[in-house]
Amino acid sequence: MAAALSVLEYHLVNYRRTWQSSALSTLVMPLLTVLGFGVGVGAYVSSGVDGVPYLDWIVPGLIASTALQAAVGEATWPVLSYFEWIKVYFAQAAAPLRVVDILGGHLAFMLFRVLVTSTAFLAVAAAFGTLHSWWAPLTLVVSLVVGLAVAAPTVAYAAGITSDSYLIILMRFAVLPMSLFSGVFFPVESLPEVLRWVAYAFPLWHGVELSRDATLGTAPGWMGLVHAACLVAWCAAGFLLAHSRFRRRLVI
Amino acid sequence: MDPTNHPATGSTGTTLHPAEGSLIHARGLIKRFGDFTAVDGIDVDVRRGEAFGFLGPNGAGKSSTMRMIGCVSPPTAGVLEILGLDPRRDGPRIRAKLGVCPQLDNLDLELTVRENLTTYARFFGIARKEARRRADELIEFVQLTERADSKVEPLSGGMRRRLTIARALVNQPEIVLLDEPTTGLDPQARHLVWERLFRLKQQGVTLVLTTHYMDEAEQLCDRLVVMDGGRIVAEGSPRTLIERYSTREVVELRFDTAGQEAYADKLAGIGERLEVLPDRILLYVADGDAATAEVQRRSLSPAGVLVRRSGLEDVFLHLTGRTLVD
Repeated sequence: MAAALSVLEYHLVNYRRTWQSSALSTLVMPLLTVLGFGVGVGAYVSSGVDGVPYLDWIVPGLIASTALQAAVGEATWPVLSYFEWIKVYFAQAAAPLRVVDILGGHLAFMLFRVLVTSTAFLAVAAAFGTLHSWWAPLTLVVSLVVGLAVAAPTVAYAAGITSDSYLIILMRFAVLPMSLFSGVFFPVESLPEVLRWVAYAFPLWHGVELSRDATLGTAPGWMGLVHAACLVAWCAAGFLLAHSRFRRRLVI
Repeated sequence: MDPTNHPATGSTGTTLHPAEGSLIHARGLIKRFGDFTAVDGIDVDVRRGEAFGFLGPNGAGKSSTMRMIGCVSPPTAGVLEILGLDPRRDGPRIRAKLGVCPQLDNLDLELTVRENLTTYARFFGIARKEARRRADELIEFVQLTERADSKVEPLSGGMRRRLTIARALVNQPEIVLLDEPTTGLDPQARHLVWERLFRLKQQGVTLVLTTHYMDEAEQLCDRLVVMDGGRIVAEGSPRTLIERYSTREVVELRFDTAGQEAYADKLAGIGERLEVLPDRILLYVADGDAATAEVQRRSLSPAGVLVRRSGLEDVFLHLTGRTLVD
């Protein structure tokens, strides 16, 4: 545990250099998104969704989606770079760290980034009066789980490639469809059957549904367990795959 | 680390190192990658406090051996003990006592010189305050004091190499592994690195290095092995290797005419061995001046004559051949 924490500490020291510039975008991004989608598009969706004003309906989805973006951002180019370009992972592997410490410490940092961006978004959402339940802070827990469910398999993917052109493919064929078809901007029920299954299969939709229940104060019922189980499955499978990829790269 | 009082001979290691007194002990060590055998059954013993070198052309298996010793590459077969421990089981415990300077610098270019050392020290469980203290000492030791708070990115190759060496010392290791420590450096930078490594050796730190620079091996190594094709083809101190595999002196003869081969027959019998190169003929002899006199007695008049002492390079080329390995 201490070993993994020392890896987390390394990433935090690295982050300290850029946190000011990233802090700004962390606040500006949700502000622009809420204004653009919620207020702008919301004006045309006067009837709301499921009896909820559009802005209030979309905000929890955007929080989960932000968690996804933050996780993907940290789990793609940095991971590729640490293997291929600046080879930081190899330096760590020469120290008395185990593969699980190197991977776990970096994932912990990714979750830290997810938490920071999600918290900023939640604060903006609160300022716009879109939170309707005392359960709303639970979206941060959901964001962390979504973050890991996305980051772990993405790290596994990034650890298995040697060129960043594969990351573009990931962005186009996994991240973009997941962002569009996971019930963030409109209910998945309005999608054709086939695309609905895209939402069901990927982790984001499950997080969006849980976040929405938290900010609107609706009881998730037994579906809540299904969502949680799917997210945990993505976390576990992603972590195991990432660990085996890391092992193959670092212990040869 | 305090460079003047290095704890390599301290108490932590004494309980670990095996009875025969070798810090690194390998018997029949093999590393295969699929069908390719990188290391093909080598026996090595590195003693405490010595500087031990692996020499060999590219692809000889030096780096694979170093990675096995560094406990980041499990042996395929054979015995390997480091500090009396088994790398297959005790990787992190062994790595805690190793310092590794890899062939290619893997510093964090965005962090400062100091941060590179302090964050790395944390991987060894060293407390923050102690990490900063050691970082300051090491920065001074590798003469980077003026650049301590500069990012690594703008540093020259020589400075980065020194920082990598400093990083390898941050845990006060018992063994320092250096994979081609001066490859790609300019002469000034190389000499500075050698001088620092020599000081480490004087402090009793065990150095294990790979190189294909013969002058580096002669300068630094007490003992070395020459590897070729995954095997050890010779072992000993630089001096004994030269005595065993070469002659005391070498006479280099250049003839004006295009083909040097024509002279090979006429030179037969002078010295122990004769080698014909495209541009010159090498005579391996005990006494260079006597050999030169004999050449003149045979009425051969080379355009150039050079008598020099035999070096490790002659041993190396004799053992591993002149064919280019890529």
